[in-house]
Amino acid sequence: MKYLMLICGDENLDLSPEETAAIGTATDAWVREATERGVRLDGNRLARTETATSIRSRDGELLVTDGPFAETREQVGGYDVLECADLDEALEVASSHPVARIGTIEVRPFWDQ
Amino acid sequence: MTVDAALTQAFRSGWGRIVATLIRTTGDWDLAEECAQDAFARALEVWARDGVPDSPVAWLTTVARNRALDRLRRAKTEATKLKEVASVPAPEEVAVDDDLPDDRLRLMFTCCHPALPTEGRVALTLRTVAGLTTAEIARMFLVPEPTMAKRLVRAKHKIRAAGIPFRVPPAHLRPERLSGVLAVIYLLFTEGYAATSGDRLVRRGLTDEAIRLSRLLTTLAPDEPEARGLLALLLLQDSRRDTRVDGDGRIVTLEEQDRARWDSGEIEEGLALLARTPTGGPYVLQARIAACHAAAPTAASTDWPRIASLYGQLAALTPSPVVALNRAVAVGMAEGPEAGLTLVSDLEASGALVGNHLLPAVKADLLRRLGHADEARTAYEEAHALARNQPERDHLASRMAALGTPT
Repeated sequence: MKYLMLICGDENLDLSPEETAAIGTATDAWVREATERGVRLDGNRLARTETATSIRSRDGELLVTDGPFAETREQVGGYDVLECADLDEALEVASSHPVARIGTIEVRPFWDQ
Repeated sequence: MTVDAALTQAFRSGWGRIVATLIRTTGDWDLAEECAQDAFARALEVWARDGVPDSPVAWLTTVARNRALDRLRRAKTEATKLKEVASVPAPEEVAVDDDLPDDRLRLMFTCCHPALPTEGRVALTLRTVAGLTTAEIARMFLVPEPTMAKRLVRAKHKIRAAGIPFRVPPAHLRPERLSGVLAVIYLLFTEGYAATSGDRLVRRGLTDEAIRLSRLLTTLAPDEPEARGLLALLLLQDSRRDTRVDGDGRIVTLEEQDRARWDSGEIEEGLALLARTPTGGPYVLQARIAACHAAAPTAASTDWPRIASLYGQLAALTPSPVVALNRAVAVGMAEGPEAGLTLVSDLEASGALVGNHLLPAVKADLLRRLGHADEARTAYEEAHALARNQPERDHLASRMAALGTPT
């Protein structure tokens, strides 16, 4: 089954350069391992939410606004696409992601499978 | 045996097994339930005509399985007509083993998967493992039937859509998942046990179901000490059910309960379970505490030092303010009210139980025993203002009255 991992966290978290570097290294290791195992198909980190643009089209009119679709304490900062046997495997893969320790990871199955 | 009696018995022992077997073989929760229901409906007809078969559950399993295969076959034909790739397994590929006992354990673990909301876990366990109807479950939880139906549909949908596996979790997940199953059973029990209002009889069904499920779990997972601990705990608590409240709905404290009316059968079974369980976790410890009360012929002969020590172990294993408060009560009994009050002060300072009536109620009892009537009254008043249900408020009011008029 295919799952999307939404990597969420507070992007304004005050981390030291060392902590930031450590999370980066750990994430690289997680990506390498999950990819080699064949459970991670794709994924990437996203630019900060201030670079986001949201659009809504209503009655033929396009509304373009600056920023993410909702202001929340934690923001989506990246994603990974997993191919796993079942939810237990997906949760296990997600729980070893370094951001699980400081933020939240939402695991959702794809609609059509 | 009459057909009705045979059906009732087969339902009690067979429903969960049949549903579990069908879920494993077809992967379809709704299909499993519907075919099990069909089988019981057929039995009503056929048994009345031909007599009750030698092994009713095996008969029902076969009928339910055939019905499921039939429906899958038909669904497959439809799918072929539509030229779609059949995702439904071909009936001949479906291996059906009769009633592996493991299936019900799988069912329990799946129903109690942590990815499901707690209320969904509880409802699904009662519906599929215990075989209660949606209407019965709704009544027990005091919610409208459509609400309960929606809960069940949602839980089953999530199992399918999110890919929650139908299995007994592997060893590395097992302790955590088992405690999830135990928590659901314990929640069922406390829901029924705590009920003191007019719906007591209906909700009493919940404690019975909890004990039945807990017993089933010890049969399916005989090597789990915590499963035995939970069953022992439920039996020992349940043994006091008839003495906790008097005829007018007033709370009777443990001290004042008529011990001759405690259910000796349940106590014996609980103590025997504990005797076979040398070590264990939080449920075993709580059961040992309940056993100290059950084994004491009079309130005065209660082994409070042992209870205090057990609460100490429990607090070390699963620290929580409620455990700490119970430990304060036990220490207050074992070493005297002053020692208990010291622990209560620590708890007050931590701010963990702010707004909970139990903290001032315990403090009041300890102060009363020290002879500090005025301070005790203030604490009882605080507890009285915070208590949520009427029997507890009445109990606190009578304690206050017993202190006499303010000096």
